[in-house]
Amino acid sequence: MSPWNDPRVRSFVFQGFLILVIGFLIYEAVDNASDNLRRQRIATGLGFWDSPAGFPISQSMIFYSETSSSYGDAFLVGLLNTLLVAAIGIVLATVLGFTVGIARLSKNILVAGIARWYIEIIRNLPLLLQLLFWYNAVLKALPGVRESAALPFSSFLNNRGLFMPKPLPGAGFDYVLIAFFVAVAAAIGFRIWARRRQERTGLQAPVGSVTLALLILPASLVYVALGGPLTFDVPTAGRFNITGGMVLQPEFLALLFGLVIYTAAFIAEVVRAGILAVSRGQTEAAFALGLRPNLTTKLVIVPQAMRVIIPPLTSQYLNLTKNSSLAVFVGYPDLANVFTGTVLNQTGQAIEVVGITMLVYLTISLGTSALMNWYNSRKALVER
Amino acid sequence: MTNTAPAGLKPAKLTHETAIEMIGVNKWYGEFHVLRDIDLTIARGERVVVCGPSGSGKSTLIRCVNRLEEHQKGRIIVDGVELTNDLKRIDEIRREVGMVFQHFNLFPHLTILENCTLAPIWVKKMPKKDAEEVAMHYLTRVKIPEQALKYPGQLSGGQQQRVAIARSLCMSPKIMLFDEPTSALDPEMVKEVLDTMVALAEEGMTMICVTHEMGFARQVADRVIFMDQGQIVEANTPDEFFRDPRHERTRLFLSQILH
Ligand SMILES: Nc1ncnc2c1ncn2[C@@H]1O[C@H](COP(=O)(O)OP(=O)(O)O)[C@@H](O)[C@H]1O
Ligand SMILES: [Mg+2]
Repeated sequence: MSPWNDPRVRSFVFQGFLILVIGFLIYEAVDNASDNLRRQRIATGLGFWDSPAGFPISQSMIFYSETSSSYGDAFLVGLLNTLLVAAIGIVLATVLGFTVGIARLSKNILVAGIARWYIEIIRNLPLLLQLLFWYNAVLKALPGVRESAALPFSSFLNNRGLFMPKPLPGAGFDYVLIAFFVAVAAAIGFRIWARRRQERTGLQAPVGSVTLALLILPASLVYVALGGPLTFDVPTAGRFNITGGMVLQPEFLALLFGLVIYTAAFIAEVVRAGILAVSRGQTEAAFALGLRPNLTTKLVIVPQAMRVIIPPLTSQYLNLTKNSSLAVFVGYPDLANVFTGTVLNQTGQAIEVVGITMLVYLTISLGTSALMNWYNSRKALVER
Repeated sequence: MTNTAPAGLKPAKLTHETAIEMIGVNKWYGEFHVLRDIDLTIARGERVVVCGPSGSGKSTLIRCVNRLEEHQKGRIIVDGVELTNDLKRIDEIRREVGMVFQHFNLFPHLTILENCTLAPIWVKKMPKKDAEEVAMHYLTRVKIPEQALKYPGQLSGGQQQRVAIARSLCMSPKIMLFDEPTSALDPEMVKEVLDTMVALAEEGMTMICVTHEMGFARQVADRVIFMDQGQIVEANTPDEFFRDPRHERTRLFLSQILH
């Protein structure tokens, strides 16, 4: 037999050839880029990191000043803004998506119909279009400061954003927080105790209501006992301006609404598919054993549906995070906007800036995946 | 068909107490009249085999007994409790009535042991250790205690169906319903499941079995019921039923199934 007909030899030769080609392409690209940079006299490296940025950023969770902050600070501001919108977006999209997905399966024709239309319309329009809609057609089209719409809890909505009372923790508010965290620990402890007791004696405890009570009561009691150590800086409408309070800017809201509403439509489909994947026979078997519908959902349907839901849910979380880089179109200062936008323009350090940004998104995505994979591996089914 | 020799079980010790009573039961799926004027009384300890062509309403009939399906007319009384929309009564009846399905319907995310302890723990509020003891007892009876820690996906069809029987028995039901328990099985696994059911019958369990295993019917049944188009066409002791079917439709069905 000629060695050429040996599949192992063949695959070895093909792979070797492929590696050579890829290596050559990478070498050419790097060589070319560094040549160009040298010709344009652009310094490579991260020397720009500590230089003053000199441009303003409209929303920042940390201290940032146009005059004294560096490019490095700008990077951090952008990163935190990305994480903020992604984190809140993931939580809200999950809640909305699960709600719509379950509503889609409702026996109530109206509820199921609304859910279905929501999913069909939202999924089939480009996200960018939706972001532009929320920003330009809804939030920017709101009345100006003088005609602000007054909302409950002393809030105002106008074309500069949503103005809300700003909580100002007073002396002793720490104790309220401590009470809350102690109660959370107690709730976890109670769940463990309840499970052990059930294993031992068969008695079931009202875990849900006790948890709820623990989350609300202790902190509230401490709060009242200390005479309410939390005041609010309420926004007040002046003639040209609203002073006090805190504001969620229209750029942030538009991006958040757009991402949440868009991603929730996909999550709804994922959830629906997951629930439908659990066969009718599972419910019937549980009913026949005397399990009530709520216990059947908790013990039989959800655990099986979750294992179908989690992998595609993960990719929706990643999509939301990556899609948040569309922020530039509504002017929200996320990482891509601040860093690969303004910083890149000012420094011209394309390779470094783009490279760092890619690394950041890659890290966030891989981190999310790892977390979800770990969760999923605990839920996986054992097959023959 | 595995025609197990009609060894002939002792006739059931009928206590003259009624386990299930159906009076003038009718059911429709939309326009489709699936059960027509069903009158059926089953005594405690009685073993009834239901047969009939596909689509004749056999599954629907037994699924009405534990309210997996709702009947629209007539009365169904199970163990002295009449089925109404009252959830308490439905709970009560489901606790007394076990059911075994054609496709086993084991919970794939739970081990064999957990499949068996789930309902005792959550419905009967049994301590876990006790529930596991009960489960191991019944798993031993269906001859697969060594599989307790495996998952359903790792077992053969016959083993899974035996687990399903054990899972039902763990709730100590007074009545067992079987819906074609062997029709989804490879032929070599049919016997192990039938043997389990015969053993159960010997212990005096009240049973309704939808099955076309006529050998099993001969050996175990006190009564064989033939259904067609939503009606009970004929009900008789297995001897009479097989020797001298009264109705033409029964005769035709038997000739098809017994070849
Ligand atoms: N959920 C349902 N909706 C509508 N028709 C049904 C439903 N379930 C069963 N049927 C119909 O009712 C008839 C009887 O069904 P079934 O009781 O399953 O018959 P069998 O078990 O004797 O084969 C069949 O014609 C079947 O198509
Ligand atoms: Mg059937």
